[in-house]
Amino acid sequence: MNYVIVGNSVAAVGAIRAIRALDQDGTITVISRERHNAYGRPLISYLLGGLINEKRMSYLPEDFYEQNRINLLLNSEVVAVDSVAKKITLASGDSLPYDKLLLATGGDPFVPPISGLADKDRVFTFTTWDDAAKLKVISQDINRAVVIGGGLIGLKAAEGLNLLDKSVTVVELADRVLSSAFDRPAGKIVARKMKANGIDVITEDTVVSIEGNGREITGVTLKSGDFIPCDTVVVAIGVRPAAGFLKGSDIEINRGIVVDSSMATSAEGVYAAGDVAEAADFFSGQKNPMPIWPDAYIQGDIAGTAMAGGTKAYEGGLAMNSIEFFKVSTISMGVTNPRDPSEYEIHAFQDIQNYQYRKIVLQDNRLVGAVLVGNVDRAGIFSGLIREKIDMTPFKESLLLPEFGFINLSREIRDQLFAPQGKTSDTGRTQRAVGH
Amino acid sequence: MKRIYTIEDACIGCHLCEIGCITEHSLSKDPVKAFLHEKERPISRCTVEERDGGVISLSTTCRHCDEPDCLRACISGAIQKNAEGVVRIDREQCVGCWSCVMACPYGAIQRNLASKKANKCDLCPDRETPACVDACPNRALVYREGSQK
Repeated sequence: MNYVIVGNSVAAVGAIRAIRALDQDGTITVISRERHNAYGRPLISYLLGGLINEKRMSYLPEDFYEQNRINLLLNSEVVAVDSVAKKITLASGDSLPYDKLLLATGGDPFVPPISGLADKDRVFTFTTWDDAAKLKVISQDINRAVVIGGGLIGLKAAEGLNLLDKSVTVVELADRVLSSAFDRPAGKIVARKMKANGIDVITEDTVVSIEGNGREITGVTLKSGDFIPCDTVVVAIGVRPAAGFLKGSDIEINRGIVVDSSMATSAEGVYAAGDVAEAADFFSGQKNPMPIWPDAYIQGDIAGTAMAGGTKAYEGGLAMNSIEFFKVSTISMGVTNPRDPSEYEIHAFQDIQNYQYRKIVLQDNRLVGAVLVGNVDRAGIFSGLIREKIDMTPFKESLLLPEFGFINLSREIRDQLFAPQGKTSDTGRTQRAVGH
Repeated sequence: MKRIYTIEDACIGCHLCEIGCITEHSLSKDPVKAFLHEKERPISRCTVEERDGGVISLSTTCRHCDEPDCLRACISGAIQKNAEGVVRIDREQCVGCWSCVMACPYGAIQRNLASKKANKCDLCPDRETPACVDACPNRALVYREGSQK
């Protein structure tokens, strides 16, 4: 079997491991636009801020590609897919045949039309290692930077620049930062911490024009009319599935590449996984692109399994993020900010002074979302409870306890869910075994 | 592979598994030195939970899942599964983002806030039987073969 994987990040790695678990003999070719082996993409803000060195960017052990017998083509871009002839075309003009193809090209940063943007030198995006490296190289010449976008990427870029002692202003269109992943109190806590560290946060406004002399930036003009002097602009509004190269192919694309529960696309033998894919949502079943690292791994694993002849079904993407801002831990998962709160039951505890917040969202007595700020210990128990759709009625009251754990659940649920190995004791008799 | 099983009915909530774990992961591997004299005391990788004033208790830790959610969530590649099936964290590589804490449905990964590194059970590579199992006075912890899922 001849496997070709386009993209070389976490979804590709999940797929490689799955393929090799089932097929030791097939050839695997991995093609990447980038010049690096797989790296921890969310680590780019740590790299920019000087918290880690380049060596620690590696996501994989050095011998991974060799061990898995991967034919790795770096600095190579796929420009077309012919799913009838079963071949792909590279920018170099070469073409490669495949039996099974995985499209795991990730996302491209979205850069909106802003007046003055095109002819300026120091406008950056912030999604790749090279983006961080470029910013780092010029960082000694940065005096003031404006970051457009107060989502996860924008705030991490701002934090990285702030760690280099640069003056940074974040401009966010919504009424608060982190509006998509978090709720109002959590956003407020993070914004408060950022301001305490010297980062300006402007909300309900946006950059309409980048001003300057020639290729040099002197500042930005906001929709409100305010002018912010700066010499560098980072555009961090979001990412879009990197599926442009599929134009003219017969692979169905909506916002991303549409996939079924085995990550198969509309074209035979072609699969997609990660930020480029549009797969079912855990709660609604509706298909959406979901740029979430763990989800990309899971999708890659499912796609690789299917490509190598196995079967595994995707249970739907559950949004989750764990991010630290200036040493304040934040974890959010599932439904954090329901549009119609009357359909949900919400419990919350907050101590904004001490950067502590805990919120639990239930629907029909099932846990559907959680936000934790400060004390995030054992947050994963909540993600397990969401995925297992457990009826929380008897122990709802305990969910906000800082020491919430298995002990708060019923014995039946502990035995059934959290000790699956207890069902296969050596004697063949169900042995109550919990925990370890 | 061998895994650690907890017999909840036998747990007396003595926390000796935690002490055994901390001692084993200390520099000296001596409980007195580890608790009183070492600069950076390890944190326990197993957690004793208690309710109703200790009437109900149980000890939980990593199950070394066949498909570990922690590994899939790890953004730095610090979490790896070896050929024997043991899931370990490379402390050098860990950046303390707590994605593993977010993902583990067993709540089995701890934050070491002093070192800003995630901690989890490594099944005590230097021992034949994990320290928590040896430390348990009531055989509430058993180390044996058995399937995970």
